[in-house]
Amino acid sequence: MHKILFRILCCLWLLATACRKGDHIVPPVVTPVDEAGENGYLGFYLLNEGNMGSNKASLDYYDYTTGKYNKNIYATINPNAVKELGDVGNDIRIYGSKVYAVINVSNKVEVMDALTAKRIGQIDIPNCRYLAFANGKAYVSSYAGPVEIDPNAPIGYVAEVDTATLKVIRKVIVGYQPEEMAVVGKKLYVANSGGYRVPDYDRTVSVIDLETFKETKKIDVAINLHHVKADSYGDLYVSSRGDYYTVQPSLHIIDTKTDQVKKMFDLAVSNLWLSGDTAYIYGSAFNYNTGDWTISYNMLNVKTETVLPGSFITDGTDKQIKMPYGVAVHPITKEIYVTDARDYVSPGTLYCFDKAGKKKWSVVTGDIPAHIAFLPVP
Amino acid sequence: MISSWKIRCFGACLLFAGSASAQQLSDSVKIRELQEVRVYAPRPVREISPGQTLHGKQLQRLGGQSVADAIRFFSGMQIKDYGGVGGLKTVDVRSMGTNHTAVFYDGIQLGNAQNGQIDLGKFSLENMQAVSLYNGQKSNTFQPAKDYSAAAAIYLTPLKPVFAEGEHMHLKGTVKTGSFSLFNPSVLYQQQLTKRTVMALNAEWLNTNGQYKFRYRKIGGYDTTAMRKNGDVNGYRAEASFHGNIPSGDWQTRFYYYNSERGLPGFVVNGVFGHIDRQWDRNFFWQSQFRKDLSRRYSILINTKYANDYTRYLAPDTLLLYVDNNYRQREAYVSLAQEYKIRNWWTAGLSTDYQYNTLHANLRNFSFPRRHTLLGALSTSATLQRFSAQAALLMTLMNESVKLNTASEPKKEFTPSLVLSWQPLKNEDFRVRGFYKHIFRMPTFNDLYYTEIGNSRLDPEYTRQYNAGLTYNKSRTGHTLETIFLEADAYYNEVTGKIVAVPTVSQFRWTMMNLGFVKIKGMDVRAGASVSLSDRLKTNARLSYTYQQAQDLTDPSDSFYGDQIVYTPKHSGSLIASADYGDWGMNYSLIYTGERYNAKANIPENYLQPWYTSDLSLRRAMRFGKTELSVTCQVNNVFNQYYDVVLNYPMPGRNYKAILSVQL
Repeated sequence: MHKILFRILCCLWLLATACRKGDHIVPPVVTPVDEAGENGYLGFYLLNEGNMGSNKASLDYYDYTTGKYNKNIYATINPNAVKELGDVGNDIRIYGSKVYAVINVSNKVEVMDALTAKRIGQIDIPNCRYLAFANGKAYVSSYAGPVEIDPNAPIGYVAEVDTATLKVIRKVIVGYQPEEMAVVGKKLYVANSGGYRVPDYDRTVSVIDLETFKETKKIDVAINLHHVKADSYGDLYVSSRGDYYTVQPSLHIIDTKTDQVKKMFDLAVSNLWLSGDTAYIYGSAFNYNTGDWTISYNMLNVKTETVLPGSFITDGTDKQIKMPYGVAVHPITKEIYVTDARDYVSPGTLYCFDKAGKKKWSVVTGDIPAHIAFLPVP
Repeated sequence: MISSWKIRCFGACLLFAGSASAQQLSDSVKIRELQEVRVYAPRPVREISPGQTLHGKQLQRLGGQSVADAIRFFSGMQIKDYGGVGGLKTVDVRSMGTNHTAVFYDGIQLGNAQNGQIDLGKFSLENMQAVSLYNGQKSNTFQPAKDYSAAAAIYLTPLKPVFAEGEHMHLKGTVKTGSFSLFNPSVLYQQQLTKRTVMALNAEWLNTNGQYKFRYRKIGGYDTTAMRKNGDVNGYRAEASFHGNIPSGDWQTRFYYYNSERGLPGFVVNGVFGHIDRQWDRNFFWQSQFRKDLSRRYSILINTKYANDYTRYLAPDTLLLYVDNNYRQREAYVSLAQEYKIRNWWTAGLSTDYQYNTLHANLRNFSFPRRHTLLGALSTSATLQRFSAQAALLMTLMNESVKLNTASEPKKEFTPSLVLSWQPLKNEDFRVRGFYKHIFRMPTFNDLYYTEIGNSRLDPEYTRQYNAGLTYNKSRTGHTLETIFLEADAYYNEVTGKIVAVPTVSQFRWTMMNLGFVKIKGMDVRAGASVSLSDRLKTNARLSYTYQQAQDLTDPSDSFYGDQIVYTPKHSGSLIASADYGDWGMNYSLIYTGERYNAKANIPENYLQPWYTSDLSLRRAMRFGKTELSVTCQVNNVFNQYYDVVLNYPMPGRNYKAILSVQL
């Protein structure tokens, strides 16, 4: 009897083992979407955030030289990176020969070769958010400053990183939960959100002198600041997210000569991209009291500082976009890229529009496609 | 009258133990128990279609830690397990979602108005007499309205004291120890108080550091092994129950207290291999039951409960958002079930339940909701020689009020159910059965009011179930092949208005919506046999297999339209095989879960490998005079397979356990 039992067990075990294949690295999905056409740029990287805890931050690459979209390239190029790219990508920028990706929950800035996406190393910065560059230095904003001032919410800081050694050189304390940054001249502007201190949001932009690396002043703007972009006229465009209940989102212009807010628009700005004299803006305003949200696409002339009529999507494709989550514009062709995060837990979509706002193509991306960095021809 | 009751009582107690599965016939303890109670027992309660049950010896053989360890052997369900001794373990029956399964402890539902989920990992298997799973509902002719109110139900039945002639006291001590630095002593004390009253006291301490190795690797890529930390648990449980018989009736009352502190090890992602979050739980309830036949035709059953649950969650990581939240839930419940016997074969029942729930939390802008629920169930059952049926209509009224923000609209629902069973052949225990049930789950307090997520405009989430199946039992006392059973069910379910979290402006801002639509087609098969090779050598095996196609049909424009829903395998199954030779016992169990996807889209990035674990145990019972001693050694996950049930929550590899118990 025991023999029979043993045999049955053996059979079951074999049956069971036969069903389990090894765990393979998922190869990229290559989709031809357009004709090859190099206009000063080799391609662009798209960083997919991936939902928190899923470890599904992923990197896609669109190759202008072939017209092919390569979804999920990081794991195949870097098979030995333990648990792949990481959890929640938050920003991606190219500076010099390297591409930098902020992976928020993984507490690191992943540094890769810009041409190959081969991993060079990482900069360990806890709860890091956004990147800026100047004079061979990278600036990384982080939520995780010292907790002495407020025991329940750490104050934020900006780290200065040597792009040659990838070592943190200096740190400066800014406001609460700092987000995006912009460099104008010798000054670094940091948008502080205060998102951990609800309802006592921060409402300032910190001004950092890049030489002394000290905060020289705080500009009072509005609550819950997020993006900050510099135009070519010495102005900054700063977005406020509002409080999702009564305070509406808004956009503010800061004159960096006076460091004062000079104009304000009642415009929901989830993200914006400046290209030439045009700011491409989309906004998804949500209100907990009514439970609905409205999505808008706008353009703004940064020279005249006026909102342009109409949307930058002109063919009705915007109705297919469930949740716009990123926008970028090719510096030369002015092609517009809009990402759709859809439900945040399944693959998103990248839409490409020509400069007239007509859809050229779309392609499936990773989860929560969000941040785009163009790779110039070296 | 009494003599005819004796006979029916015999059948009833078998049913009471939860199942018509023939293996129970061999359980002599059951027979003894019913001889003891027959004189005072009220009219038996009949069940039209039995559920799946593991009880007594079978549970002991599995030697699991929590009831989740037993339930995973049932067909048609998946345990969502966050790993380790302290990890959250919830059950999803037939892919309808965790919130659709009600869990009953000794006959009364365990509530969690906050998130609608019961962590089965918190309920010890140590003092369990039976663990049962019912699809649709327990088709008793006589039960509270609550028993009709869920799409599936799990019944946890703690041990009831039973004394043989001349016995007045039982004392049993058990110690479990092994991997994860587990130290888990418990003591059970049963005492006959008067001729008709017995008492049981039960206390348990669980202490573990919860540490285990886990491994993630990719072919041709990384291979990393690390230690799962912050999975420690320190928990106490104390229970006291009193049971009594009165002429044509019985009563019982139970006090339950549980207190624990645990670490929450969290997800494992690149750069983050551990978390330092902590959780404290304090659960108390007091529940009572009284049942009496007031006349030859009319019977009543009264249930009452008060529960008070406290949870504190602390995320002290200063690099992240600091969270220190506490929640207190209170529940009061009272139920009157009435049965009227119109004819010997025909009964009518009316059950009315009232429940009151509150939730307090130290969240900013919190609503402080209060909920009144009134349930009324009108049912009728017919039990003919070879045909039984039950039809029930449940009415649910719910009304909420809040201190802040907006309360949800009052709700009123009428939901029917029908259960049928037919025995085509007179002399064979072969039955064809079926049920239809339409039911819903209310949005939980979290769904409605959780600060910055909740949506008080939510509607209930509805399910419709259609089930057809057959059961066959054969018992042949004295033959080598003593018993066999086979049960097979095919079903079709629909979940409409599924409550799902949807993102708003960023991935850290979500809200709840009635959005999802899921269709589930499935099949459950169970089979078992016991073989008696000699007087001393007996073997037993039971096998279960589940096939499920659960498709997300919410929005045709989604790339994953029609894909299998998250974490639901198409194929899964289990096997338990045991052999007893005199005082020795051996048990082998296997769980198999086929390939799954960890997100909505069935793409390679979301693919999860099948997993299967084998557990082995060896037991030796010894007797010294009146003292019984039993030693069990277990090896779990024998082949050291590393797997995740939930993405990035690694499960333990091979682990060991030893159990020593002494009974006076």
